[in-house]
Amino acid sequence: MQSAQTTFENIRKDFPILKRTVRDNKPLVYLDNASTTQKPTQVIEAITDYYKNHNANIHRAVYALAEEATELYEKTRDKVADFINISNREEIIFVRGTTEAINLVAYAWGRTHVKEGDIIVTTEYEHHSNIVPWQLLTQEKGAKLEYIGMDDNGELILEDLDKLLGTGKVKLVTFSLMSNVLGTISDADKIIAKCKAAGVFTLIDGAQAIPHMKVDIEKLDCDFFAFSGHKMLGPTGIGILWVRKSILETMKPFHGGGDMIREVHKYETTWNDLPYKFEAGTPNIADVVGLGAAIDYLSKIGMDNIRQHEIELTSYAIDKLSDVKGLHIYGTKDISKRGGVISFNFADVHPHDVAQIIDEEGIAIRSGHHCAQVLMERLDVSATSRASFYIYNTKEEIDKLINSLNKVAKVFKL
Amino acid sequence: MSNADIYHEMIIDYSRNPINYGKIEDHDVTFHDSNPLCGDSIDIDMKIDNDKITDIKFHGKGCAICMACSSVLTEIAKGKNIDDVRNISKNDVLGELGLENLQAVRIKCALLSLKVLKFALYSYLGKHLKNSQDVDKLKEEATSLY
Repeated sequence: MQSAQTTFENIRKDFPILKRTVRDNKPLVYLDNASTTQKPTQVIEAITDYYKNHNANIHRAVYALAEEATELYEKTRDKVADFINISNREEIIFVRGTTEAINLVAYAWGRTHVKEGDIIVTTEYEHHSNIVPWQLLTQEKGAKLEYIGMDDNGELILEDLDKLLGTGKVKLVTFSLMSNVLGTISDADKIIAKCKAAGVFTLIDGAQAIPHMKVDIEKLDCDFFAFSGHKMLGPTGIGILWVRKSILETMKPFHGGGDMIREVHKYETTWNDLPYKFEAGTPNIADVVGLGAAIDYLSKIGMDNIRQHEIELTSYAIDKLSDVKGLHIYGTKDISKRGGVISFNFADVHPHDVAQIIDEEGIAIRSGHHCAQVLMERLDVSATSRASFYIYNTKEEIDKLINSLNKVAKVFKL
Repeated sequence: MSNADIYHEMIIDYSRNPINYGKIEDHDVTFHDSNPLCGDSIDIDMKIDNDKITDIKFHGKGCAICMACSSVLTEIAKGKNIDDVRNISKNDVLGELGLENLQAVRIKCALLSLKVLKFALYSYLGKHLKNSQDVDKLKEEATSLY
């Protein structure tokens, strides 16, 4: 077994894209991992191997290729189940990503169970994908959307949740396990315990958390969990929705079509078993296989080692950034409560200008509202700059980020 | 042009000290728009007298490019007849700041205020002009700016 230290030193070799240069022959410093991560050779090869050697449609044909493709596809379902600690593989639904997963719940669960006057609760630091589907649903049903507020430290104000649960009208509380802007790790245990006591379902947007820390869904004891493959070294266009079976059984289908049916007659249809009832049409088989390879890769390193590596990078970055005159970091500085996502503003320079100037140095960070305009309003800013880390990032790259900020200061005469 | 070269003296100055920044309380027309992807947001207020833009101000939030272009655009439009302002082109604004080769992803920052101005005129002319075909052309221009 390799030590964690050696593992992280060798990791960069697995990522072909990290060898390239950008702009004026500058080595790429990729710090936009909250948006999407780069892919290791192991994932890229799993996808090409699938297309080169095993490609066929799954679940029905009897020939050899179809059998292999089906096995590869279903094997990934088992890998996912292991990865998030779920004992029942029927509860795992392949979707396009977190956005589709949440929309599936809003549509297939929400339309059946949410009535006029009910309340759906989300939070002020959600991504648009955990706000807009609930606006659509509550507006259609004459229900209400309410928010758990955020304090100045970037943490959720759980008294807001208590008040809302006290109305007796809340049907679902939905929140991200880690904020995509502030990196705040929500106190999921507390939120879920409160909701359980009130008999209210919980949905967790795990898109930011799952690539960066060990997540044990059985222990969390939530009711819905959504995440994406592309933020955890996997391909784009593939994600997971996990739903507790007792709830899945009460949900109507999301999409109608092939594979989700048992029998189709002229005017009526019966549904396939779980989870296939929710996987209409030919799925994204190759990328499911790619996701399986990503899970293998992450599991080999170990999620606790990954979290430790990011804690080191993040505290190093927070220290260094705090020394930059005029730079303001948003959110908590308590490293135990945040992941490797740092949003900041640099004096009066607009984040787009910051991002563009440091791009000349090969540094890729994100600027803008990060699909979290409700949070931007709460912070009273139009945008932030955001650096976010992953397993292949190094302290040297953070030094480069800091140096490039000096260039911004020079251009803008700070 | 290297992408960093866009941050020359004039852009930085305009972004720090924008011209015609503010509101006109008794405006004859006002319009607001934003860029959904980056969140830049601009309002333009105008006083119009005898088909002439007698005063124009903008306010909002945006990057240095957006602020500089809004300054330049309002400076070009001020005191001109509506017909001349209608004909202000992308390159009139970009050229003034040497941004003709601005990369595609930043064009929307540079031209947001021009889009707002064209929509403001469209909204004003819609109320004051009879030739609706002519007015619709302006809307189309504004919509397809970037």
